Formats: sequence, C-alpha cells, structure tokens
Amino acid sequence: MPSPKRIGKITFGLLSPKEIRTMSVRKIIWADTYDDDGFPYPQGLMDLALGVIDPGLRCKTCDQKAADCPGHFGHIELAKPVIHVGYTRLIRKLLRVTCRSCGRLLLSPDEIQKVSLTADDELGGEVLTEKDIKKERACPHCGELQLKVNFEKPTTFSEVLLEEGRKSEHKLTPADIRARLERIPPSDLRLLGINPDVARPEWTVLTVLPVPPVTMRPSIILENGQRSEDDLTHKLVDIIRINQRFKENQDAGAPQLIIEDLWELLQYHVTTYLDNEVAGCPPARHRSGRPLKTLSQRLKGKDGRFRGSLSGKRVNFSARTVISPNPNLSVTEVGVPLSIAVEMTVPVRVTTHNLEEMREFVLRGPERRTLRDPCGANYVIRPDKRRLRLGGDNLETIAEQLEPGYTVERQLRDGDIVLFNRQPSLHRMSIMAHRIKVMDGKTFRLNPAVCPPYNADFDGDEMNLHVPQTEEARAEAAILIAVQENILSPRFGGPIIGGIHDHISGIFMLTHDLRWFTKSEVLYLLKYGEIDHLPEPGRIDEDGTPRWSNKQVFSMILPSDLNMVFRASSCVNCDECRHVDCERDAYVRIVDGQLVSGTVDKKAIGAFDGAILNRIIRRFGMDRASRFIDDVTKLSIRAIMIDGFSFGIDDEDLSRTEHGQIEEELARAKDDVERRIRIFEEGQLEPMPGRTPEETLEMQIMQVLGKARDRTGEIAGRHLGLGNSAVLMAVSGARGSMLNLTQMAGCIGQQSVRGERIMRGYEERTLPHYRRRDRGADAHGFILHSYKEGLSPTEFFFHAIGGREGLVDTAVRTSQSGYLQRRLINALQDLKVAYDGTVRTTMGRIIQYHYGEDGTDPMKGSFGDPVDVKGIVESVLKEEV
Amino acid sequence: MSIKLNVLDHVMVPDHQVMSADEVQALLERYSITFEQLPKIYHDDAAVKQIGGKVGDVIRVIRQSQTAGIAEAYRLVIRRPKK
Ligand SMILES: [Mg+2]
Ligand SMILES: [Zn+2]
Ligand SMILES: [Zn+2]
Ligand SMILES: [Zn+2]
Repeated sequence: MPSPKRIGKITFGLLSPKEIRTMSVRKIIWADTYDDDGFPYPQGLMDLALGVIDPGLRCKTCDQKAADCPGHFGHIELAKPVIHVGYTRLIRKLLRVTCRSCGRLLLSPDEIQKVSLTADDELGGEVLTEKDIKKERACPHCGELQLKVNFEKPTTFSEVLLEEGRKSEHKLTPADIRARLERIPPSDLRLLGINPDVARPEWTVLTVLPVPPVTMRPSIILENGQRSEDDLTHKLVDIIRINQRFKENQDAGAPQLIIEDLWELLQYHVTTYLDNEVAGCPPARHRSGRPLKTLSQRLKGKDGRFRGSLSGKRVNFSARTVISPNPNLSVTEVGVPLSIAVEMTVPVRVTTHNLEEMREFVLRGPERRTLRDPCGANYVIRPDKRRLRLGGDNLETIAEQLEPGYTVERQLRDGDIVLFNRQPSLHRMSIMAHRIKVMDGKTFRLNPAVCPPYNADFDGDEMNLHVPQTEEARAEAAILIAVQENILSPRFGGPIIGGIHDHISGIFMLTHDLRWFTKSEVLYLLKYGEIDHLPEPGRIDEDGTPRWSNKQVFSMILPSDLNMVFRASSCVNCDECRHVDCERDAYVRIVDGQLVSGTVDKKAIGAFDGAILNRIIRRFGMDRASRFIDDVTKLSIRAIMIDGFSFGIDDEDLSRTEHGQIEEELARAKDDVERRIRIFEEGQLEPMPGRTPEETLEMQIMQVLGKARDRTGEIAGRHLGLGNSAVLMAVSGARGSMLNLTQMAGCIGQQSVRGERIMRGYEERTLPHYRRRDRGADAHGFILHSYKEGLSPTEFFFHAIGGREGLVDTAVRTSQSGYLQRRLINALQDLKVAYDGTVRTTMGRIIQYHYGEDGTDPMKGSFGDPVDVKGIVESVLKEEV
Repeated sequence: MSIKLNVLDHVMVPDHQVMSADEVQALLERYSITFEQLPKIYHDDAAVKQIGGKVGDVIRVIRQSQTAGIAEAYRLVIRRPKK
C-alpha cells in the first residue's frame, strides 16, 4: 500500500480554453449519438474515444473494456463565446470596477494603497469590492468616461448611455465582455483576490465547451429495446444543433438580427446545461414536461452528489422496520422477523471442521418456512470469487462441490450479533450490538428497558439493523458495542438503561410496605427468573401455610452479597429521617443481598438513576447487571399483573367535601387578588426593591394564584392515596407528577406567556369578555377548573395560548440544538485517544495531553467522580455513611 | 504615567512559562511528535506577550484542573495570520 501523502495546499482556478482542448480526446461536431445499427457515430456525442459503456466494445483512447475505462473528455468549439452562468456575479463586479477602455482598476495608485493596506502577503489581504470604487465617471489612468453597467438575470449585461439627458441601454455581447476582461492587467487582478496564473477572468466566458465522458451520462436501454439518453446528452445535443446552425448562418453572412437570436439561443442552452434552475430563465424540459437534471442539479440538494451520494451512502446488509416491545426478551436481545432473517446473511468460511455443517446449510437452501426450521444459506462464494445463488435444483450439486476455501452465506439465526440503531444517532448508545432472536411478525422486538438510550417509543418508530460481515467486526461488536457494555452512560457515569413506566410501577407495588405471598404466588412472580430454590419462608401462618414477604421475593433477584443504603424516589426529605421506620417506606436498606426495608422504585432501578443497578455494575460487572435488568423487568411485569394497573376518568373523582374545599380555596385566592388590586389602584402598594408598582402587583398575583393551585392539589392528594394509579406513578417516579394530578382533579392554574400572565389581545384587555383594564385573575388566564371538570370558553382560549408557547419553544429548541450538535460532531468526530493517553487528530496533532486532564473514562467513574468511595465504604460497613 | 496590567496576576489566567530548548526537546520526545503537532498559541496572546514569548517558542501553561487538580499543557507560539 502506498504511504499516505500530506496535502500541502489546494489551489482553485478556472479551466482555460487551452486546458479544455488539451484534455479533450475528440472534437465533437455531430449531434447524433448512435447509428441505425446501434453503433456510436464518430465525432458524435457517444464517440468511442469518450469511453465505452456497452459491454464488449473497447475504448478508442485507452483500449480498455467498459468496466475499466474511466471515460475521457471531448470538446465542442462554440461559434461565438457565451457566458458561464456560474460566474455572472464575478463578471458584473469586474465590469464595474475596471475601465471600459484600458481595463485597469478604477483607482489611482494612492487609493489602491489606502484600500489594500493589509494586502502585504499574496492573496491574503482584504479583497477589493464594488464599494471601494467611487461612483466617479472617468478612469484615473486613461481618462475614459465610465458607463453604468446593468446586469439582468440570468446572463444579460448592458451599458447605460446618457444622450441629451435621455438614458438608453446598449447591450454588451459576450464577445464584448470577453474582450474587456482580457484587458485587465494581472497586477490589478491580484488586488481583486484573483490569481491570474490559474484564473484569467476571460475564461468565465466560454469559447469552448468540455463534453463529459459517456461514462457519466450513460444511455439506458428500455424494455422495448429503445435507447433512452441521459439528460446531459439531451442538453448537449441541443447545444451542438444550435451551434451548428449558428456557424452555417454566420458563414452565409446572415443578417445581424438572426445572428443575435441564435447567439441568445446558444446562450440559453449552455446556461441550462450548466444549471437548469437559474432565476429568470425558464428551465429546459424533457418531452414529457419534466425539467431536465443538468450539471448543477446533479450536485445540489438532498439527493445531490454531496448530501445524497457522499455523506449519505446506503449500505448493504441492513434492515429497517417498525419496533414493538417484548418484555420477555433480554435487554441484550433483539427480535427479528423471520422474513428479514432469511433475507440477510452472514458469510462463513468453509473449513475441514465445519464442512458437514455448511453442507447442511447449503442443502437447506434459501427456503425457511417456520421459526423452528434451522437456518439455510442464500449464496455460496467459490474460491475464484464467483457468487452462486442457491435455490431450485442446484442445492445438491453445490453442496457436493463444497470444500475448504469456499464461503457460505448462511441466513441469520438465534444468537447472531447485529448492530441496532435508531436515528437521530446523537450519542454512542444510539447504536448497540444485540443478539438475534428470530420471531414471527413483521416488527423488530426489543425490551422496553433499552428504550431510553435509543430514545425510542412504540408509536410507530422505526429502527435499523446491520449485520457485521467479518470476524473482526463481530468481535468489536461483542466487546465494545454490546448492550451490556453500554449500560453506563459516558455522559454522567450512571446507568442509562433501566426500568421504565410499568417496570417501576410494578416493582413499587411489589416492594412497598410488607405483603405476604403464598408459595404459588411466589412461584408465579419468579417463574421467568433463573431461581434454583426458595429461601426459608419468612412467616408460617397458624394453619401452617408458609408465606414469603414481598421483600424476600425481590431479594431473590439480588446478588447475595450486595450491601447498600439509600433513599427512594418516594422520600419526601422529612426534617428528621426515621430511617427504617419511615412511614413512607422510603428508606431502602439492603444487607447481604436482602432487602431489609424500603421500596424499590425509580431511584433504585429506573433508567438514568438505577442506584441498585449502578452498585451491581461496580461490584459484580456488566453481565450480572444485564441479568439483573432482565430479572427486574420480568419480575415487575409479573408483579403489576397480580393486582392489575389501570387509570380511568373516575380515578380523578373527588368527594363533595374536597370540591367544597377547593372552591373555598379558589374563592379565597380570588378575593385576595382583588384586595391587592384595590390596594394598588388606591396607590397604597409598596413596590418591591427595583420594581415598579405594576410589576410588584403582577408578582403578588402570580404568587397568590400559584399557591392556591398548589393547595387544591394538596386537597386532591389528601383524598387520593396510593390506591390511585396516578398517585402511585407520581410517587414511584414511573410517569407524571403530582402537578399533573393537581391539574386533572384540582385546578389547572395560571396560563402564562414568557413567564407572565397573559396580557396580549385587544386594547387594554385580553378578550372582549372582560372590561378594559380588568386586572382580575380570570381576565388574564387563570383557569380555576380542572381537566376533569372541563374549561370554560375563555379558559380554553387562554389554555391554547399558553400551550402554543410550549410547542413553539420545543420546535425552536430542537432545531437549534440539532445544528449545534452537528457542528460539535463535525469538529470532534476524528479525534481519538492514543495509547499514550493523549487526544489526537488523525494527523497526530495533540488536542489534549492527557484525556480529560486526568485520563479517566467518564463511563467508569461515578456521576462525575473518578471513584465511588461511598459505595465501597458502604459495601464493607453494611451501614449508611 | 501608565501602570501596565500584568494579565498573569488575574485569577482567571493560568501560569505561562517559556520553555527552554532542552525542555522542548524532551517534550517532543516524550510524546514522539514534531513541532507542527503541538497545539498553537498566537504571538500576540496577552499572556504570551507578558512573558516575552517569541514565534517558535513553546509555552508551558499550568492550569488548575477540575478533574486532575493541576494540568500542564504546551503550546507553540505562531504568528497570528491576517484575516
Ligand atoms: Mg415515537
Ligand atoms: Zn477509455
Ligand atoms: Zn482607463
Ligand atoms: Zn422518610
């Protein structure tokens, strides 16, 4: 392999007519492509010297076959010069800053000195712009009077003549323009930021047009045997036809008017050949009416060469479908539909050791009707790299031929490792390696506990799956990218995979307070865990039935020597913690793998928190942790099914007493607001420091109403205990908050825009329903109803105003953070940590002398600290520290 | 009379030192890098001017680090390119 070369610099320039002719292998003069026998015309657009696309023919230039010939450029001699649309702005600038007679910059040497003081190194300085030229009308070098140059899209330039006070426009032909550009001296060009060695300005006016090789505009043969030419070829045909006619008319001495018409037509065709979406120019169309895809359209836009073909290449061995949940799968697994498993393959080399097995694969072929069928093979690659498709009657013959050196592409089967990905891939956990489980159905299945790193849900999300094709890739996937290696997030050094929603509700319901289960209940709960034997029952009833406590059941899935103490999500931070005697059972204590007290909830097993999970990873490793996740998800789903879990409209019901209390509370708040408004209007309000009286009043009103809303929540909360599903979800951290419940059952509260009460609308009032200058609660968006009761029309309107702000906010935020993310990723993507601990670019340039300055992996640390000292001490002492 | 501000006295400015030729040689060997692979600092950087660093010098920057306590970095002085 040749050693990589370092790029010193890149120079951009223009193609000169001379260069175009030099690189051309054939002058193209005929607009025809193929003759009646389907053979390319010599000197036509498909000339054999331009490269070959038909198999069997050989290139006249390089004498290679279609697959090897890269193609070669030809050229068309234009009858008259035409402007290149891509350079019209440059041409306009040059015409306006240079003299129409001598071609020099319209600045005296002194002025040049002044304007370009900074330009001490070549091309590095400030570049002159049109603005640097004064609107003066005479050239400082030759004294020639200057004329205003008008530019009309797409390619028309004209000079404005002043005759006896009347303005008249005189059109400049491309030939005139070319002549003027030719006169600009090289020294003046440098001041304009142009390097005349590689880019003479007159080269922006084309006299000769390169004809791209046929390999980049191949014709395709339709089903009916007809040839269909590429859009570029169509355009080139137009150009040659007009060019030809132009030449004939020119030679025949046709009148000026006809010449001008043809010139403009030639200009139109060359313009649309280069860019078919220029402003002020009707796009050239196909016979069907479809606009042609010409040069610029090949590069631009989402499906263009850059974004479509280079940055966004499609890959083989990948699959995409909708995802759906399956809590019975391990987090390390992914369910793959049979139809995908039979389509995708893994290459296996045939050796003397697996020859028989490979024969079986081949004999089974591509057919695989049920999940129980063993996997077959789709292709066999012979040692000479020939790929044979299996199927039909060739199975036995190919199986017979099989010997070491062959490769069999066998279908996917359970246990194969694959990469699983969900866009937008914002962090490295967006792609993780899973083990396959072939399943019925048409969706990918995954354990809901791996949803947080992918940020996936099941409302129609789709995900991609890639099958690694080499041993190295599979090893890398298993060692670095596997799910269990990515439980911890490098973002905060804690687990990002863990229980969600029902996992947390379920484990909360199981472990809260004390409950006793019979043997059959315990076995029901632990059926899917790998439990070998039950512990001693915690209690034996008078009638002799042994019973196990809920905490014992949970302890079954814990490692036997786990010790830790922490407070659950349901802890309310009482002033004085009563520890094991906590009335909310929020003081979690685990001694030697036994849950002694406390409730297991979001803090213990949830994604992003996962205290127990985190400790298991540190003490027992990733594999034990992923087993714990599997056990806990299965246990919690079983636990939630014992009692069942649902939420209905009647879960928001309150009794008459609570309704009375809420009404009373809101009336009191309303009175309070009115009282404060009265004080304000009497001018008695004492303003807060640095605030106007109005601002002070607003703040007081917001505060009073906010408190009232919270109080209705408390009233509702008193009535609704843990028996209420919404309360349970809020307390355990599974989903929602007490605020959501307050708004459903109590009072929705103040709607706001930019943190203030709603003030916009009509003159001095928000809606015509209120008096002008009304400062009351309801006139500015306070909603005293609950979602259950329903909103009044004005309340509904205010709610929509407040809701809209949230929507706009998120839309703006996501687009902004997405762009920021892209810029960071582009800047950082090729950096890596070298073996000596430095962070370097691909060129070996140092970015950091020691990764993160302390050289620690944030994933292996503990929530920002390099070592989890507390955890280690706790494990030894078995006490809280 | 003008009292020139010494930027190094400011709490937010880490300590800058010009390294000797031997130190630079040792540095390049330690990381097995060329001059070009060093991070850069402009010749008109306030701290570089303060300690009299010239183009081609290597500056040792000793920072207080959130993660490591004290961290050293080394930067090659280069001319600030014109816009
Ligand atoms: Mg979704
Ligand atoms: Zn060729
Ligand atoms: Zn002049
Ligand atoms: Zn407590």
